[in-house]
Amino acid sequence: MNQFQNFTKGLLKENPILVMVLGTCPTLATTSSSLNGLGMGLATTFVLIGSNVAISLLSKFIPDKVRIPAYIVVIASFVTVVDLVMQAYVPDLYNTLGIFIPLIVVNCIVLGRAEAFASKNTVWSSFIDGFGMGLGFTLALGVLGAFREMLGSGSIFGYKFLPGDGILVFILAPGAFIALGYMIALVNKIKQK
Amino acid sequence: MLKVSPSPHIHGKESTRKLMLNVVIALIPALIVSVFYYGIGAIIVTAVSVLSCLLFEFLIQKYILRKPISITDGSALVTGILLAFNLPSNIPVHIIVIGSFVAIVIAKMTFGGLGNNPFNPALVGRVFMLISFPVHMTTWPVPKGLGTGYLDAVTGATPLAILKGGLARGQSMSEIVGQLPTPAQMFLGNIGGSMGEVAAIALLIGFVWLLYKKVITWHIPVSVIGSIAIFTGILWLVNPEKNADPLFHILAGGVLLGAIYMATDYVTSPMVPKAMLLYGCGIGIITVVIRVYGAYPEGVSFAILIMNAFVPLMNAYIKPKRFGEEVKHG
Repeated sequence: MNQFQNFTKGLLKENPILVMVLGTCPTLATTSSSLNGLGMGLATTFVLIGSNVAISLLSKFIPDKVRIPAYIVVIASFVTVVDLVMQAYVPDLYNTLGIFIPLIVVNCIVLGRAEAFASKNTVWSSFIDGFGMGLGFTLALGVLGAFREMLGSGSIFGYKFLPGDGILVFILAPGAFIALGYMIALVNKIKQK
Repeated sequence: MLKVSPSPHIHGKESTRKLMLNVVIALIPALIVSVFYYGIGAIIVTAVSVLSCLLFEFLIQKYILRKPISITDGSALVTGILLAFNLPSNIPVHIIVIGSFVAIVIAKMTFGGLGNNPFNPALVGRVFMLISFPVHMTTWPVPKGLGTGYLDAVTGATPLAILKGGLARGQSMSEIVGQLPTPAQMFLGNIGGSMGEVAAIALLIGFVWLLYKKVITWHIPVSVIGSIAIFTGILWLVNPEKNADPLFHILAGGVLLGAIYMATDYVTSPMVPKAMLLYGCGIGIITVVIRVYGAYPEGVSFAILIMNAFVPLMNAYIKPKRFGEEVKHG
């Protein structure tokens, strides 16, 4: 597999949300608007790249028996960085996302890439993998967030194009499940071709 | 003994159509009553709901599923009428169309069409609308007779909302009772509410028709109504100042409409009498829990949807006796 394929596999073919269905908790919880979805996606992308690079560098030093706790410590350090940076520079987004920023620590995608990819591959491939997976995650969250915001509040990126309220259910949890279900169905349809 | 069990043993288009036709006939009295009380609005809401349900079913079958068109089997017609019956008669047209879309496209066709949907389509549409458009869905017109306008109708609260509001303000039943309609009014449907649920008498006439035509059996409606009567009866006996009487709970809101027409939907209800009784009791108990302890004044539609989710489990564990099995005991 060349590096280009390594990068693009996260966007659609092995998209963490739409194909592997990992990390559904932050997906459903933070995509009530397009901005929240994108913010969450970018924060996770940073953590993914950082932890992938660090873990592939450290993979020779980490004893096999304690690798999961060691990975979690690495991931938690990067999440702390993101947490503090977001608190300092984008306090509004930080307050909306709330608990879901610290919860990136236990995001299946991050640990999954560390275990399945970064620990077995070179630093450069791990960087590309983390970047591709992160962008795939961000893309899925951004599209889902935009879709839900358009239907649920009649706006996009906070810009209102419909007067009044939208279809409220789409900014609530049931609407997230419905929208995600149809997105996965669409991706399956595309992949079949 | 050969037993015909009333569940998805649908063999041909004709039999589905005949069943659905009988359901439609059974719904006609309630439709007449709602037009009589709510005027033109009831006709507009029903027409829009039925037409949009048929249209969405047609479009999905023709352009997405690419299957033979089966809109004439009557199932979309019944869904449309039931959806309309669950709406206030002054609801704007675009909201009805969205509700029909959810009922047909999301709740029915996504799962593969008639026979494959786990949840009652009309109720999914109704609950979706209730959560999405809470203001429109809970502004009920006051019955003013045939001359009632469509969007400009005078609005008022349903009996259940009056009860919930009164209890929330800390009033006792003897204070609230004066604001509630009498059982006779509720029996005839002269109250605020969804257009099809108000007249108990019309719904009961339809029930008798369905039983006479053997479209449904008595198990589900009786167990729903019975469990509601028992549960609210116990609460009422314990503290009649804080709980309404069982007759009120049965006549108010969507209990009769839900128990007779929605919970008995073939596709989404169990097949065996024993399971039907269990299913009905579940609906009754959840309804009372939502009404008495929940945030919403009414819970029949939520209760039916929740129990719909248990139907596959019930069908797997409660099976009818196989032919010949009883010989061992006899």
